[in-house]
Amino acid sequence: MNLQALTLTIKLAVIVSAVLLLVGLPIAYWVTFSRLRWKFLVEAVVALPLVLPPTVLGYYLLVAFGSQSALGRAYQSLTGHTLAFTFEGLVIGSLLYSLPFAVQPIAASFAAVDPKLLAASQTLGAGGWKTFWRVILPLSRPGVVTGAVLSFAHTVGEFGVVLMIGGNIPGITRTISIDIYDQVQSANYAQAGQTALALLLFSFVVLSLVYGLNRRAWAAWPSK
Amino acid sequence: MAIQVTPTIVGADIETTRRDLRVRIRKSFAGGFTLDADFAASPGITMLFGASGAGKTTLLDCIAGLQRPDSGLIAGGDQVFFDSSTGADLPTPLRRVGYVFQTLALFPHLSAADNVAYGLVRKPPNERRRLVAEILERFRVSLTAPRRPSEISGGERQRVALARALVVAPSVLLLDEPLSALDAATKSHIMDDLRAWNEAASIPILYVTHSREEVFALGDRAIFLQQGKVLAEGTPHQVLAAPQQEAAAQLAGFENIFDANVVALHESQGTMTCQVGNSGFYLEVPLGRIHKADRVRLGIRAGDILLASKKPEGLSARNVLEGTIASLTRRDVTMVAEIDCGVRLIAHLTPGAQQSLGLTPGSKIWLVIKTYSCHLLRR
Repeated sequence: MNLQALTLTIKLAVIVSAVLLLVGLPIAYWVTFSRLRWKFLVEAVVALPLVLPPTVLGYYLLVAFGSQSALGRAYQSLTGHTLAFTFEGLVIGSLLYSLPFAVQPIAASFAAVDPKLLAASQTLGAGGWKTFWRVILPLSRPGVVTGAVLSFAHTVGEFGVVLMIGGNIPGITRTISIDIYDQVQSANYAQAGQTALALLLFSFVVLSLVYGLNRRAWAAWPSK
Repeated sequence: MAIQVTPTIVGADIETTRRDLRVRIRKSFAGGFTLDADFAASPGITMLFGASGAGKTTLLDCIAGLQRPDSGLIAGGDQVFFDSSTGADLPTPLRRVGYVFQTLALFPHLSAADNVAYGLVRKPPNERRRLVAEILERFRVSLTAPRRPSEISGGERQRVALARALVVAPSVLLLDEPLSALDAATKSHIMDDLRAWNEAASIPILYVTHSREEVFALGDRAIFLQQGKVLAEGTPHQVLAAPQQEAAAQLAGFENIFDANVVALHESQGTMTCQVGNSGFYLEVPLGRIHKADRVRLGIRAGDILLASKKPEGLSARNVLEGTIASLTRRDVTMVAEIDCGVRLIAHLTPGAQQSLGLTPGSKIWLVIKTYSCHLLRR
């Protein structure tokens, strides 16, 4: 089993799901509560990675990372190297790719909070920020946890985008799914099987832990 | 006591004190509905009465700042909440308005004590704890303090919701049918505690209801709202018992409403005789400011009609009429009798009375209706 690929994958998934939680909460809040007419455009953009083949996303990212684009040139002049085929590039690609998996469950649980509770919070002197921290977020805990777990799981399992923008550099961009693909390509079936099993067990344990712990969150709801 | 014409009191004409809630607003909706309300509520309980869709909740939402009127003025205590002439529009968190919703909207993830403490974040922790303990005690729910809303009874939930709204010392309290789900005894105990609390606080309390019983039982004053407009304002009795408006009459529980012609005036007795429709059904009713041959509309409550199996004699009641029972239906503990006496009348009696009189459909029956049980609804 390739331990290096496994730790790299987990590191990537932890960073991505942590950042997505920070970015996903305000996006989900805006998508849920904004009364802007053009809101649906943002919703569509956030959901795009769900329908696009990873290769299409990967292709556009490669173009954006390249020296032809303003972003690519800016990054290159700052750091001296391009984003393509680096761990940072992989993080950015995964963030975009997994964004809907974080935003959608969080937005759904925000929208499920009874609007009367928000009105009650306001009449008790709490503004938007306080209402978010004291009412919306605690009542949305299951959705927030689901968003974090889904973006973690989705990042662990991604393949197409990594292949397009990260290539296959051991310790930098060779994630566990690429590693398994590599082993199968070189007819290394025993090792591929071992790695696949390790990934399967790891994912199962993480998901069971999260859902097991999260069950208690529902006790917050009144039994009506 | 003849029916008196009670002029509708309009908010702008009332001398208001700084404790009053003053509302004069207009708000139009796309469907054609317009809320156009003008009234003042002084300290005490004012019942805001009307059918569903009359604009009661919209009115409360405008006062709390959850909806925005198109124009007008709202002021309570020493705050101007909204004034379209100056552009003032205080955000909800800054309005000192307590609001208890129909669903109560207790926070399900917080204990009763934390719900009550929610509006007190700016107070130091010691004072916060003292205030919460005090008000829970006042509303007799100290024991629920550590429990979540899902773990306490319906009546306790109402009490916690009231405590939560009042602990922040609002200058106006809005209640949107908060007690509609409770039995009468629980309801009146809660209202007694609310009254006791308001003896010291002395703020205007606006209580929304569509129940006539609640208006009589709970209100010091009443406002009757219909299709977004204040139709009548006064004591519950003025607004409901002798209603000038037919809509109020139907809501006020007149099961029998008739169009009638005035056939004779008896000015010395303060009564007049009316013929109902073209039937041979004549009623003696209180004299109104009216002429012979005028058409009037009369309302009689089903509970005000007395039934007798033999022709009664020696009564003060002026209307003793013969009829036949057309149908009898039981509704909870009330028997609803439909009686044919030239016109159809609905009368209520108890199941016991029905049995002792041996009433069945087809039975001959005598109806006794007091003159003052006939209410003049419209000239």
